[in-house]
Amino acid sequence: MQLNPVSVLTIVGMALVTYATRIGGLWLMGRVTPSPRVEAWLHNIPGAVLVAIVTPAALSNGPADALAAAATALVAARTRNLLLAIALGVAAAWALRRLLSASGFSP
Amino acid sequence: MSVSLDRVIFTRQGMLEGARRTLPVAIGDIAFAVVLGVLARQAGMSTLETMLMSALVFAGASQFIAVGLWMTPLPVFTIVLTTLIVNLRHLLMGASLRPWLSRLSPFKAYGSAFFITDESWAFTIRNFAGGGRDASFLLGSGLMMFVPWVCGTGIGHLLGASVSARDLAEWALDFIFTAVFTALAVSMWKGKSDLLPWVVAALVALAAHQWLPGNWYILLGGLAGSLLGALRNAA
Repeated sequence: MQLNPVSVLTIVGMALVTYATRIGGLWLMGRVTPSPRVEAWLHNIPGAVLVAIVTPAALSNGPADALAAAATALVAARTRNLLLAIALGVAAAWALRRLLSASGFSP
Repeated sequence: MSVSLDRVIFTRQGMLEGARRTLPVAIGDIAFAVVLGVLARQAGMSTLETMLMSALVFAGASQFIAVGLWMTPLPVFTIVLTTLIVNLRHLLMGASLRPWLSRLSPFKAYGSAFFITDESWAFTIRNFAGGGRDASFLLGSGLMMFVPWVCGTGIGHLLGASVSARDLAEWALDFIFTAVFTALAVSMWKGKSDLLPWVVAALVALAAHQWLPGNWYILLGGLAGSLLGALRNAA
């Protein structure tokens, strides 16, 4: 068994808070109605968190990765096909890193 | 939504219908799960831990974030708190399903609620809004997402054995994280009103990443962007 106690604690913690969000809407929202502002906030969280995660990762690793991230976003926006966007994004990163390092542009 | 909901039922046919409608999405789901499994192995998670996380948490975006933060020593608090924040959107999904689920026994209602994901919720609410009265649709749809998700992460983890850290850099596979989050973010785009909140989220995250230790940039950027979005959207 390859189960580390701290890992299991983390996973169980994640599971509990996630299940709480799933049943919370059923249970809590019957008792209090969220204001439009709270509702708008909840809708806006995932996008903002994902942008916060990805921006430093995309911009702190050289111009090749930044351009590849832009390419990924473009394909995702145009095709709405996430897997295609990811695959083409990785291919773009591979090509751009070689191209830019060959031209002495990035380390 | 003011139709009569007296006759909410829970049958096997409803489950099969939910599963059938979800099948095309489940195929993309499995590919995504394989990617997560490969990344989980690179992060040092065991096969069992990887599959346990998929089975117990069963929430894609937050699992990718957790795997991205997975290192020794494990930032338990950061991972759990970020998971909570990212998954708060389920509150609204559960609330919107309440008219149907609240007519079931607590066991069925709270059991079905475990299977609320972005995809299954979207299929289910569409089915209900179209006059569907079989509340087991959510369970069927959820199981159709759940099984490929858990199996796919396990398969990805095993496949990851043949990928070394050198291969990752060689084939730019270390870029997968950035690509996954970029694509996921774009899929959350709701329209032009998102532009300013997203720019603010990006700028706050960059500043916090530069000047604060640890992973505060995720929460600070996410909160700044989402709160600004809330102020603008509800104004």
